[in-house]
Amino acid sequence: MGNYFAKFSAFGSFAPKKILTNQDLEKMVDTSDEWIRTRTGMVERHIASAEEAASDLAYQAAVSAIESSKVKYKEIDLIIVATISGDHAFPSTACIIQKKLGLKNIPAFDVSAGCTGFIYACDIARQYIENGAARHILVAGVEVLTKITNWNDRNTCVLFGDASGACVMSRAEPSDISRIIDSKIDADGSQGEYLVQAAGGSRLPASHETVDANQHTVYMEGNRIFKNAVKSMYASSDELLRRNNLSALDIDWVIPHQANLRIIEALADKMKVPINKVIVNIHKYGNTSSATVPLAIDEAIRAKKIRRGDILLLTSFGAGLTWGSILARY
Amino acid sequence: MDIEAKVKQIVMDKLGVEEAQIVPEANFIEDLRADSLDTVELVMAFEDEFGLTIPDEDQDKLRTVGQAIDYLKGKLG
Ligand SMILES: CC(C)(COP(=O)(O)OP(=O)(O)OC[C@H]1O[C@@H](n2cnc3c(N)ncnc32)[C@H](O)[C@@H]1OP(=O)(O)O)[C@@H](O)C(=O)NCCC(=O)NCCS
Repeated sequence: MGNYFAKFSAFGSFAPKKILTNQDLEKMVDTSDEWIRTRTGMVERHIASAEEAASDLAYQAAVSAIESSKVKYKEIDLIIVATISGDHAFPSTACIIQKKLGLKNIPAFDVSAGCTGFIYACDIARQYIENGAARHILVAGVEVLTKITNWNDRNTCVLFGDASGACVMSRAEPSDISRIIDSKIDADGSQGEYLVQAAGGSRLPASHETVDANQHTVYMEGNRIFKNAVKSMYASSDELLRRNNLSALDIDWVIPHQANLRIIEALADKMKVPINKVIVNIHKYGNTSSATVPLAIDEAIRAKKIRRGDILLLTSFGAGLTWGSILARY
Repeated sequence: MDIEAKVKQIVMDKLGVEEAQIVPEANFIEDLRADSLDTVELVMAFEDEFGLTIPDEDQDKLRTVGQAIDYLKGKLG
């Protein structure tokens, strides 16, 4: 417990214009609208253009989040970006966004935690705020996984879309009802092999062979992860509720990672939360990895579903393997 | 409720099939129209109901209603 409380001041999001439907995918690989809908709940997803990179999407989401908050640009004192598909291996996407926002003399860094990235980044941001080291932090989750997708692999290419979501996290004033109640992040590196981008790093530097073998694209053994996704999101959510003496009945909205509607339904079932209290937008965006949670929250706030004072449970799961949850009063 | 009755109840709930269809030799995928994710969801429901962990490598040992009942009886008995 620190000296201060942190709160979500505002959210923003952005998705590229171009839409790819299940019918479009039927023309690209051996799949069907029916298979994709019944196995994943996805109907369409947004795809970045050749010119659009992670920082372009995240910049739009960041501006929207800052403009929606009462915070001035120059009051931001830290930028944290969660991504596994940043503009470059280095410099970090956070530094590129700092430049685009015209901000100087503040730290900026990326966090790599796959689809759990936004939860990780918020957990880190919360520590900075609670111990007084920062007052207003820009946190963004951004992914352009379609740029590292193997478009011949039906097992993965139907699943992903591109988007960004961002928030401004601020020190809560004593009079604020909004605050982050608790958060918890976790990892199990021993199961990392089920979800990897194998080449391009120092293990397998880029070469003609790695390109020919499609090793720069997302490799996933989805059926090995499904059960784990449900169990670990349940476990961390349950622990957060228990250690704060809350129950599923106290939650106004669950905002889960949008990797698969079947995972979301199984999680809601296990948590005994009615599905109408779960924010779902997977049909429109597919799996946008670290962007799913802030994107879903932003949409729900703008649709006036999520309101100030609501109790939110954010939970995610992804490459690493990693998982984590956040309990907050918005 | 005994193991058999609980398994039948779970299969009915999860797969939306009639009780009469849930015979021991009924194969979840071929006869009860489960998809690949339904079978994982069934295993998770068994785990929750009976408070045990069914490792991934055992998933294939539960292809029919009878196999599931026998497996669970073996683990719990
Ligand atoms: C990816 C996922 C939807 C796949 O569903 P699944 O039922 O596990 O699928 P499987 O890999 O077992 O494949 C089942 C069959 O469907 C086929 N299939 C896979 N993708 C397909 C597609 N797009 N269209 C048609 N058939 C497809 C497979 O080839 C396989 O066929 P076979 O039985 O003839 O070999 C699911 O496993 C999942 O959502 N996993 C979790 C993903 C996740 O949470 N990731 C972490 C966060 S990013």
